[in-house]
Amino acid sequence: MSDPATLPLPTTAPAIELRDVTRSFPGPPEVQALKGASVSVADGEYVSITGPSGSGKSTMLNILGLLDRPTVGEYRLGGVLTGVLDEDDRAAVRARHLGFVFQAFHLMSRRTALQNVLLPMLYNGTPRAEREPRAREALERVGLGHRTDFLPGTLSGGERQRVAVARAVASRPRVLLADEPTGNLDSARSAEIMNLFEELHADGLTLVVITHDEEVARRASRRIRLADGRVSEAG
Amino acid sequence: MAPADRFRFPDLLGEATADIGSRPGRLVTTIVGTVLGIAALIATIGLAQTAAGQIARQFDANAATQLVVGPRTANTGGGATIAAGALPWDAVSRLERLAGIESAAVLAEVQLPEAVVTAVPVNDPSRPPSAPPPIYAASAELLDTVGGRLATGRFFDAGHDGRADRVAVLGIRAAERLGLQRVDTQPSVFIDGIAYAVLGVVGSADVRAELLNAVIVPTETARADFRLAAPGDVQARIAIGAGPQLRNQAALALAPDDPESLEVRAPDGRSELGRDVQADVNGVFLVLAVIVLLAGGVGIANVTMLSVMERVGEIGLRRAIGATGRQIAGQFVAESVVIGLLGGLIGAALGVFAVVVISVVRDWTPVVDPRVAVGGALLGAVVGLVAGGLPAHRAARIEPVDALRGGT
Ligand SMILES: Nc1ncnc2c1ncn2[C@@H]1O[C@H](COP(=O)(O)OP(=O)(O)O)[C@@H](O)[C@H]1O
Ligand SMILES: [Mg+2]
Repeated sequence: MSDPATLPLPTTAPAIELRDVTRSFPGPPEVQALKGASVSVADGEYVSITGPSGSGKSTMLNILGLLDRPTVGEYRLGGVLTGVLDEDDRAAVRARHLGFVFQAFHLMSRRTALQNVLLPMLYNGTPRAEREPRAREALERVGLGHRTDFLPGTLSGGERQRVAVARAVASRPRVLLADEPTGNLDSARSAEIMNLFEELHADGLTLVVITHDEEVARRASRRIRLADGRVSEAG
Repeated sequence: MAPADRFRFPDLLGEATADIGSRPGRLVTTIVGTVLGIAALIATIGLAQTAAGQIARQFDANAATQLVVGPRTANTGGGATIAAGALPWDAVSRLERLAGIESAAVLAEVQLPEAVVTAVPVNDPSRPPSAPPPIYAASAELLDTVGGRLATGRFFDAGHDGRADRVAVLGIRAAERLGLQRVDTQPSVFIDGIAYAVLGVVGSADVRAELLNAVIVPTETARADFRLAAPGDVQARIAIGAGPQLRNQAALALAPDDPESLEVRAPDGRSELGRDVQADVNGVFLVLAVIVLLAGGVGIANVTMLSVMERVGEIGLRRAIGATGRQIAGQFVAESVVIGLLGGLIGAALGVFAVVVISVVRDWTPVVDPRVAVGGALLGAVVGLVAGGLPAHRAARIEPVDALRGGT
């Protein structure tokens, strides 16, 4: 098939559409982390997913991020059915259309902030000459223009997470997926990150943020609850 | 939009080399096996080449300019051999007419197994019997032809030969055995009681070193006194490169009616010089070097595997941001290839250095084929390539979800 990474995603379709997705981990005992979950996220929406520990939040995010596949059901990303994509195609879609922010930051400790932000552009086909300007721009964007040459070890937790956000948005994804982005931060640092997310949302980025922090969840324009692998919407 | 610069070779190389120097201690332990293995290989091969070069220097200069013609020997069937032909007595003048012959001399060993050779007229029966020195009959040009140098005195000339004078020249070791160190006292050697005036002592010869053990008398003298039937060989010094052409001409000039009866030993053309001197590589060292190199490969494989395990989080992250399994594998393979190449380069340098040091100590001219040194460095890279294969395969198969759960 033609490279799905290069296909323009139709804007009329929802950015994300899960239909009756079940993800079971073969045991013993077999665990159904998601049970017939259906979620649709429109382009440009800011959605939070909350739920108790073990309710299937990370499992859902991994599926949305093409890091995992549904056992049953289908997942459309920008209207494109993802089940038919092979691993290389999925990697290409991740590189071009998805950005990730993790609770544990996942920065490379021996690379500077700038080098960390540059990393995704190795894989998504950003022309070589544009890489560094974009990375610097992204660091400016998260308020770390003065920290480009710092190693992660010399940055505070909040700064590290902002580097991770810069890394996620530097390659200009359509969807930003964040799994407990404030889980390792105090409330003041959390607020900084949430402000940043709101700005990105205002710029048209689609955001899906997993959290168990009510404060954080309330900032999203739409909230989805997960309980024992089942989805329920909440005002 | 085409994926313009999607993880091209420069990106791969950049990622593979970015972290290599971050742990110098580990890098050293990783490459030490490869360094030693390559160094041992290069040193073993280099020393063999140096030794061969040492031989070839003498070999080329001397053997390449020598031609020997002798009667072809035929097998009688009973295990014994007989000469199929004989050289004429005027062999030297016949040969000297040929282009490319610079000097020629006839030479024959006189077979006198019972001969008693002494430096005093009276045989002393109390002396322990010892084998007599070999006696050679030669023409006057012999000294020039074999590149001989006199330790003392002079060589006999054509006049002595023509008159069948009873004169002799001794090889230096024969002179020592006979106790004759000086010729200004006009000493004699006695062959079966007949005195031969010793004219000189030959100190060295480029070829036919056996002459240094011998008593040499003129051919005509040997014909008269020992009934020498025919010259054994004609020895000639020839121009470099004249061998192939003289091989045919010499036999025709010496035996026009039956050239097949003579055997001509002449050097091959110039291009083949030295090729016969094979580098005699020490097999034991070679095997040891290969074993050390294998251990070096295992070392790289181990450390790369360790590095994969330590960097699971990084692998997960790279996969999440769009790296394919192949790109991850490529990164680790490239890393171990670079490490192997580094080991190879250092090892090759050490090996060459060892050859130079040993050569200087032994007073040799060090010879290391640059292709061997370059090949050694590349072999290090190959070791890295092979060693990186399994860890890279592992790295590529790490599930990003599992990898990310760990956290960095
Ligand atoms: N790889 C796996 N193998 C087996 N069980 C798993 C695996 N991943 C998650 N689970 C299980 O699925 C359930 C949901 O996990 P997860 O999505 O991580 O929850 P959350 O992120 O909401 O805390 C849990 O019961 C967890 O133990
Ligand atoms: Mg979770």
